[in-house]
Amino acid sequence: MDVRSQIAMVFHLDKCIGCHTCSIACKNIWTDRKGAEYMWWNNVETKPGTGYPTKWEDQEIYKGGWEKRNDKIQLMGAGKRRGLTNIFYNPNLPVIDDYYEPFTYKYLDLIESPETDDQPTARPVSLITGQPIDIKMGPNWDDDLSGSPDYARNDPNFKGMTAEEQEVMFQLEKMAFFYLPRICNHCLNPACVASCPSGAIYKRGEDGVVLINQEVCRAWRMCVTACPYKKSYYNWHTGKSEKCILCYPRMEAGLAPACMHSCVGRIRYLGVLLYDASKIEATASVDEKDLINSQMDMLLDPFDENVIREAKKNGVADSTIHAAQNSPIYKFVKEWKLALPLHPEFRTLPMLFYVPPLLPVMATVKKTDNTEQQDKMHPIAKKWEDNWLYDTSTEELWGTLDQIRFPLKYIANLFSAGDEELIKEKWKKLMAVRIHRRKVTVGDISDEKVATTLRDAGMTAEEADAIYALTSLPKFEERFVIPAAHREQAIEMMDFTGDTKGDAGFGIKTKPVRGI
Amino acid sequence: MNLFDNFILVVLPYVAIATFLIGSIYRYTSRKFQVSSLSSQFLEGKKLFYGSVPFHWGIVFIFLGHLIAFLFPRGVLAWNSQPVRLMILEISAFMFGISMLVGLINLFIRRYTTPRLRYVTNYMDFAIYVLLILQTFAGLWIAYNYRWGSSWFSTLLTPYLYSIFKFNPETSAIVLLPLMVKLHIAGAFIIIGILPFSRLIHLLVLPLNYIWRPYQQVMWYWDKNKVRSHKTPWSLQRPKNT
Repeated sequence: MDVRSQIAMVFHLDKCIGCHTCSIACKNIWTDRKGAEYMWWNNVETKPGTGYPTKWEDQEIYKGGWEKRNDKIQLMGAGKRRGLTNIFYNPNLPVIDDYYEPFTYKYLDLIESPETDDQPTARPVSLITGQPIDIKMGPNWDDDLSGSPDYARNDPNFKGMTAEEQEVMFQLEKMAFFYLPRICNHCLNPACVASCPSGAIYKRGEDGVVLINQEVCRAWRMCVTACPYKKSYYNWHTGKSEKCILCYPRMEAGLAPACMHSCVGRIRYLGVLLYDASKIEATASVDEKDLINSQMDMLLDPFDENVIREAKKNGVADSTIHAAQNSPIYKFVKEWKLALPLHPEFRTLPMLFYVPPLLPVMATVKKTDNTEQQDKMHPIAKKWEDNWLYDTSTEELWGTLDQIRFPLKYIANLFSAGDEELIKEKWKKLMAVRIHRRKVTVGDISDEKVATTLRDAGMTAEEADAIYALTSLPKFEERFVIPAAHREQAIEMMDFTGDTKGDAGFGIKTKPVRGI
Repeated sequence: MNLFDNFILVVLPYVAIATFLIGSIYRYTSRKFQVSSLSSQFLEGKKLFYGSVPFHWGIVFIFLGHLIAFLFPRGVLAWNSQPVRLMILEISAFMFGISMLVGLINLFIRRYTTPRLRYVTNYMDFAIYVLLILQTFAGLWIAYNYRWGSSWFSTLLTPYLYSIFKFNPETSAIVLLPLMVKLHIAGAFIIIGILPFSRLIHLLVLPLNYIWRPYQQVMWYWDKNKVRSHKTPWSLQRPKNT
């Protein structure tokens, strides 16, 4: 056993309101620079939709991630042979138009315009050329456009679904969508690291954050192709690739990453997972249907004495082990088995897990008779004449799971490599928590029914309460359990403490000026 | 030997090699962030194929050809002793040269006709394009007019290049060569001299290490176990800046 610690994340999709605050927080801190304007290390997509960059999930186009061939995994569009032979021209590199051409508006024209008959306008201009452009694309261009022919219908996750099944999703009265916020997954088997010819990308041993060394990157741009999530971006100005750094300078100071700190819906959780690094290759190489189970098997119980002993032997700090024991991620992923990785079939073993969304799934629109309700109302009250009801009741318990308006297959294509049973299991748990809490707070559901529900979902009332507490009421310290970075040691990692004062410091000492 | 020959064949090589060494070491150690191939495929990803691929594969083989003639002149002469083998060598080398020239011209047109690329292009890029196009053209001209280059390179130029590296330049045979050959030699040294001050620096950071390194890379700041042990003296685990 080779125990290592990893900073992992859970995004609870039922809580995401799609406000993009996370994206803006990240943009303001990290990517508001020339050459990085188009980058969104954190972005929020509407699903079904094509995402950013357009159709990033379609590996027929982008050739990202690992594929299994003859029992071994290899990079689909990069690697030693393909990467080096395609180094002069990468046939699978997305270009700027696959993302969008960054733009701004000429606001000064509004102020400096001479007096004319017409209103002055602020024309959009490209942030690359400075010339006026017609904006055709943006990072969240498909926002809320589920059902639209250009975006939702081109979603790559419809693979394996019949035309009728797809059509059902787009009927106006059945249509539903949810938001999918995405950052770098800081994978255990990162394709970007494996694809980098220069060896500029590495995973930090101490916390598993995947970083690109800006001084070693040589713009061979293989990581952009290799990352199946398209979370490695090429800076066209500096000639270096960049990616999410999980705000490691903030984390080392005990702060949550900016996207997580600013999250309005409080959907984000961050904490430590202990895992067995000796199993990485074997886990990434199993059959597609076993991927999630074996990824879960890699994650270790931080309370197990054997695990603690091995962790200490590997130099994992006591404070990190303690953080792993309090980790909200361990609870969501391993203890309650509520969260799943995004697209496990890419075989990178992502360390960002999602609680699949239940809300858009359950509700149905029913015909109803409103006369009784209307009679109760005051004669001068405004009356509604619709005869339909947006029904979110769960009268039939599990029966509703088969009649849901959001095909299970779609969610399964996103979070479980097509395994519908796995999604059903998570949804049953999520619904059981709701039914249990309904009994506790409203009390209109019989004990017997709740007991059946909990038994079916395989959980106890205490567990349901704990899930409810961590989902709905968590405080900041419960959502983000950040282990101490041990800066007293960190400074020694970089600087010899015997040095006298007046030392120039560490890190990049020159300005990041584009090469000649 | 006149002043012109002396400058091109003796002074220029030493100046070029000196600037190459000093410039490269300086840029690699002190301006590391600026060492990049500065790929522009991200801004224009279609026309690049018809420029970059023929140019790069062409120059890879042409460069290797010159290098082999420099390192193993007798081997090349032995190979050339059979006319068929000589023809195979000369014709394939010429084709790679053509491929280089076509690639360079495509790259040149692409760079100066694509509006977006204007914003990632500097004067040094223009200088490199002109130099490389002239150099490639000169090489093709020589190969076509003064046959057979692979043989006389091995007998004339290899000893001259060796003499340069032995700090005892021997130019008596070279001064008699046609002007075009001298210009080709001068061009080569100019390119070597400006290499560290241009995007050509990426040639020095070829990712050869990738061939044998393991795919995954994990970096630890230090070996915590060793550091924590009271038995480890400080002198064994010095932090990285010392």
